Amino acid sequence: MPNKSSIPLSWRLNKSIYRLVGNKCKRCGTFFFPSRDICPKCRRKGDIEEVVFSGEGEVYSYTMINVAPKGFEQQTPYLIGIIKLKEGPLITGQIVRPNNNIEIGKKVYAVFRKLTEDSKSGIIKYGFKFKIKD
Amino acid sequence: MTDIGIVGYGCYIPRLRIRVEEIARIWGADGKNIKNSLGVEEKSVPDIDEDTVTIAVEASKNALKRARINPRNIEAVFIGSESHPYVVNPSGTIVAEAIGVSNNLFCADLEFACKAGTAGMQICYAMVKAGMIKYGLAIGSDTAQGRPGDALEYTAAAGGAAFIIGNNPLAIIEDTLSFATDTPDFFRREGEPYPKHAGRFTGEPAYFRHVVTATTNFLKKTGLKQDDFDYIVFHMPNGKFPLKAAKKLGFPPEKIKQSLVVKKIGNTYSGSSLLGLSNVLDVAKPNERILLTSYGSGAGSDCFSFLVTDAIEERRCSAPRTREYIENKEYVDYGLYVKLKGKLKL
Ligand SMILES: [Zn+2]
Repeated sequence: MPNKSSIPLSWRLNKSIYRLVGNKCKRCGTFFFPSRDICPKCRRKGDIEEVVFSGEGEVYSYTMINVAPKGFEQQTPYLIGIIKLKEGPLITGQIVRPNNNIEIGKKVYAVFRKLTEDSKSGIIKYGFKFKIKD
Repeated sequence: MTDIGIVGYGCYIPRLRIRVEEIARIWGADGKNIKNSLGVEEKSVPDIDEDTVTIAVEASKNALKRARINPRNIEAVFIGSESHPYVVNPSGTIVAEAIGVSNNLFCADLEFACKAGTAGMQICYAMVKAGMIKYGLAIGSDTAQGRPGDALEYTAAAGGAAFIIGNNPLAIIEDTLSFATDTPDFFRREGEPYPKHAGRFTGEPAYFRHVVTATTNFLKKTGLKQDDFDYIVFHMPNGKFPLKAAKKLGFPPEKIKQSLVVKKIGNTYSGSSLLGLSNVLDVAKPNERILLTSYGSGAGSDCFSFLVTDAIEERRCSAPRTREYIENKEYVDYGLYVKLKGKLKL
């Protein structure tokens, strides 16, 4: 997420990044995150509905960030993962501490955390991260 | 009239801990002595991305799992805290959006030092009783601040608990009563990072007077006796005060033991008595009765009696127990603690 992104932009995304709200094509059963207006497979015949994802999935890939982009400097070192959600889509997100028990294939679940803040006086952005199941 | 009470409850305690002795090491103090005099061994520390709002969300998700209701039926959200992340901009609306409650919502952030969470519970109870809402969500959540080197630094901790109030409860709220006076034993002015406290003054005229008076008045009002209660829960600024209050009120120490979570996690402020209640609900049996008296500096106490129902048995397994959060931990040293608390300037 870019630093100092506009308040209206992050506000529009609140529902999807707070609660993992995406959607699903009822015709072919494909899940989408983030949401899509049109199913790329079914095109005009598709039938899109809103879905709250379970937040459960597994680690598809990961990397340790030691040199962070602006807005994340205080958090290093931290893990970024690509998570394969139970429902299908791959999504990118931080994986919370502890950093040492990570492995591809490990089960994760979504947790609600602070993502970043513009500054000490700026807006605080919240959303999902992932936690390895004990 | 149908019974109103706790339909679902849930807690959250951050994973990180710092030992009292580790803090004492930095200040050249006698850690063992402090540990013994406070009755606190270690305290919970929020990770760099955890705050009052994230703790409240996780606790509320657990409460929802136990309540087994559609979050859309929650029509009121009240969060009590003295560490709301914003001075202006409510924590409540963020939590409400994050768990997907109704947008036809009664919502306000509450402040009354450490008793704002129980005040939220009273408001939800009254609103359900009045027929204004179907379900209300009351939360006590804090990431408490103590000035480095101050006595508070040894106990100021992070955690919270959430309670969904409505019909068909797992614990009936039988009655509630409050007692409050102008007693400034602990305060923080606008823009100040750390609270100030009045040392020994926080004891007799503040904590003990309010906890004891509220409880005594409550027993008088309801006609209930000490023997009618199986468990008692008091606010836990340290490990010693609640035991002393129990003694003053004529309760045997074994009735308070299950609620004393403070020894392993510290004082979680607005979360404190509510985490004690959560730990009691984790083990209580149907028909057992629980007394809870919170305390908030400034000063006041809210007293409740809860009667556990049959619904507890099946609902409590739906979310992690308090003990699991207490036992699942990782220690940090003082250096990392300072970084996590955001005290480093980059
Ligand atoms: Zn399709």
